[in-house]
Amino acid sequence: MKLSKQDMDPSIRLETATLEGKNKILGFWLFLAAETVLFSCLFGTYLALRTHANGGPTTQELFQLPLVAIATFILLTSSLTSVLGIVAMHKHDVNRCFNWLFVTVLFGLSFLGLEIYEFAHYIHEGLTMSTSAFGSSFYTLVGTHGSHVLFGSIWISFILIQLKSRGLNTDTAPKVYVASLYWHFVDVVWVFIFTLVYLLGTLE
Amino acid sequence: MGGYNFRPTERFDGSTIWDWLTTVDHKKIGILYVGSGLIFFLIGGVEALLIRLQLIVPDSGFVTPETYNQLMTMHGTTMIFLVAMPLLIGIMNYAMPLQIGARDVAFPFLNSLGFWLFFVGGLLLNLSWFFGGAPDAGWSSYTSLALNDYSPGPGVDYYVLGLQISGIGSLIGGINFIVTIVNMRAPGMTYLRMPLFTWTTFVTSALLLFAIPPLTVALLLLMLDRLFGTGFFSVALGGEVVIWEHLFWIFGHPEVYLVVLPVFGVFSDVISAFSKKTLFGYLSMVFATVLIGFIAFMVWVHHMFTDGLGAMANTIFGIATMAIAVPTGIKIFNWLFTMWGGKIRFTTAMLFSVAFIPTFVMGGVTGVMLAVVPADWQFHDSYFVVAHFHYVLLGATVLGLFSALYYWWPKMTGKLLNETWGKWHFWLFLFGFHLTFLPQHFLGLYGMPRRVYTYESSPMVDNINMISTIGSLGMTLGTIFFLYNIVVTQKRGQRAGADPWDGRTLEWTIPSPTPEYNFAQLPLVESYDPLWEAKMNGDGKVPAAEPLGSIHMPSSSYLPLFISIGMFVAGYALILHSYFVAVIGMIVVFAVMGVRSFEVDHGYHLEAEELTGSSNLSGKGVHGR
Ligand code: HEM
Ligand SMILES: [Cu+2]
Repeated sequence: MKLSKQDMDPSIRLETATLEGKNKILGFWLFLAAETVLFSCLFGTYLALRTHANGGPTTQELFQLPLVAIATFILLTSSLTSVLGIVAMHKHDVNRCFNWLFVTVLFGLSFLGLEIYEFAHYIHEGLTMSTSAFGSSFYTLVGTHGSHVLFGSIWISFILIQLKSRGLNTDTAPKVYVASLYWHFVDVVWVFIFTLVYLLGTLE
Repeated sequence: MGGYNFRPTERFDGSTIWDWLTTVDHKKIGILYVGSGLIFFLIGGVEALLIRLQLIVPDSGFVTPETYNQLMTMHGTTMIFLVAMPLLIGIMNYAMPLQIGARDVAFPFLNSLGFWLFFVGGLLLNLSWFFGGAPDAGWSSYTSLALNDYSPGPGVDYYVLGLQISGIGSLIGGINFIVTIVNMRAPGMTYLRMPLFTWTTFVTSALLLFAIPPLTVALLLLMLDRLFGTGFFSVALGGEVVIWEHLFWIFGHPEVYLVVLPVFGVFSDVISAFSKKTLFGYLSMVFATVLIGFIAFMVWVHHMFTDGLGAMANTIFGIATMAIAVPTGIKIFNWLFTMWGGKIRFTTAMLFSVAFIPTFVMGGVTGVMLAVVPADWQFHDSYFVVAHFHYVLLGATVLGLFSALYYWWPKMTGKLLNETWGKWHFWLFLFGFHLTFLPQHFLGLYGMPRRVYTYESSPMVDNINMISTIGSLGMTLGTIFFLYNIVVTQKRGQRAGADPWDGRTLEWTIPSPTPEYNFAQLPLVESYDPLWEAKMNGDGKVPAAEPLGSIHMPSSSYLPLFISIGMFVAGYALILHSYFVAVIGMIVVFAVMGVRSFEVDHGYHLEAEELTGSSNLSGKGVHGR
């Protein structure tokens, strides 16, 4: 793809250079607002049901903070790498942007690996979706977050392919920007999961 | 050489059907919404009629109790989700971008996706009649009733998945409208110059944004409970049924404002146009709209007064509910003051708007009565409630929708609806409506419970039910007049011209039906009611903000249709418990999304020579001036 003058000039913010780009970013913020409500409802449900173990395993018996702490560390670092990707994008440095986002995806996938391991462990310990209302709400909340991480990883990978083949321009830049917003959002949700699910579940 | 063309898209391309299936034009999408909404209105109406026919005499065996439950559930669900919302979203899609002087909406592609998701969701819901039985747990699908133990069979699954899919469509619509209004207003169209219908679209979209996710979660949890054996609402596993009620009404209460706010906008525009006066108290109208939108989220517990949440909760939510009467009252007075001293023309559109006012006041009064907690303990689940919410939902939303249709129909189709038929429609419908629902208040006070398929004979109750059913026949007749009107005027109706009503806002500056690019030149807005201003203080033309030039247009796409078909397959497969097929459906959805992500399509340009007609002529309408 040929680069236009605009695409080369680093003083121009590619993601907001066109109306389409601006629309996309505002629309995405609104989408995140809706997602916030969605997760709030899931959190509310979890908080109402977390002690309803119905004779099955409880939070205190299951949760192990070290594993969760590692997962948290990985995910929060991935937020940082995605920021570095955006910084590179603002300097119109495609390669650097690509590399940082690539690292972000790798972190995302390792997080998912840990989560799958964790779920498998809990199932082994006797907590499934249908063991108790606690199990249902736990897997639904944390699983919804996990599926967001999965979706985000695939999505960013698609954008990475486009960065390789088309470079940075007013078409790809808003995509990168929006995907990084999404990624931060998913991380923030995790911070709440870490506190309200794991810390609350083990420390009280 | 002729013969078979093996490149399918070439064969489809240009055919009318393919054109409509793949359109990303907000006006066509608006018409699609309106068309499908009207079809669902007929279905929901037939369901209502069957319910009323069953109730015409006591101890009737016209339908079985099981069928009654299905009719009642599907009627409510259809009317709310497949009639009121889509018709309104359709009209918003058509009129709002024109009102703000935009060439398009912010996300044409997503707009089309939103429509198709709504459509396949509604289709899925209605297929339940033919495959496995319709949902029968009420439109609010309360748990435990809606769980497998009490609602075996796939009925509630259809409800859960059909609504889930169409809900995503509504969310997309909301986001699209907000971004359009924020980013795409014509030069000079400040927020406080936006017509009231645009304002209510704005606030309604915000309600969609915050109200749909709780519904999504509620439906998700119910789906998990029913299909995958989780225990959110199952008391045996430690679940809590009240969670369903909370989630459902956190969505459900704003939902009723969702369908009522846009018609407030319609009334404001229609009443001002047909009174030849600027809307009275514009600022307070805007303020009241925002306030209503805000309070709508604070009052959901008034649906749960008899749940035993405690006196404190009930009191707070009761008072909050009554508070909503204040902004609503402001609106009513502003409409009256707008008419006061105006040169009123009683077109059909105006009649529907004017008739709405007393109807809605009555619905509001019974609403405040229901907000009085001790009284609600008495009225709860009686026909009083049925009467109340039909006064509001039908008396406001449906009257408003008819008003909007008569008002914007000429813009949408280029043909005027016949006024004589329109007035028959109006009087029959209005009379039938009050005859149906006014007596139901008394049915409630006599103790007739709602959602029961029959009742024991007793003199007053028998008579009132008979009257009520006769009223519903009146509405049916009115609707037949409406349909006849549509069909006949489409063939030999009067041409509308750009400005048939001597309008005030920007949509009346462009030809009817609207060309695909809306405005050949973007208008320059210098006041509220810009067209009227131009007629009064100028040559009747709104000035252009730019020279005639090439216009960028998005290209059509079949991807939204494919995504929706994937969703449909996945949803249906889940209902049939064939999880493998469901996964395939979802893979199709994500694959098509992937295709979209890689697509490079910058649309096309219409050059100045191709633009027919100038957009800023306020050509003389048939009514002259
Ligand atoms: C066209 C004329 C209509 C008639 C004759 C009619 C009649 C009825 C009847 C007889 C019921 C059953 C009441 C019960 O057993 O509890 C009902 C329920 C309901 N109707 Fe209508 N209705 C009409 C239009 C509408 C409209 C336009 C809406 C909404 C926009 C609507 C929304 C509802 C809802 C939400 C329910 C409650 C269903 C449930 O309890 O699950 N109706 N209607
Ligand atoms: Cu309510």
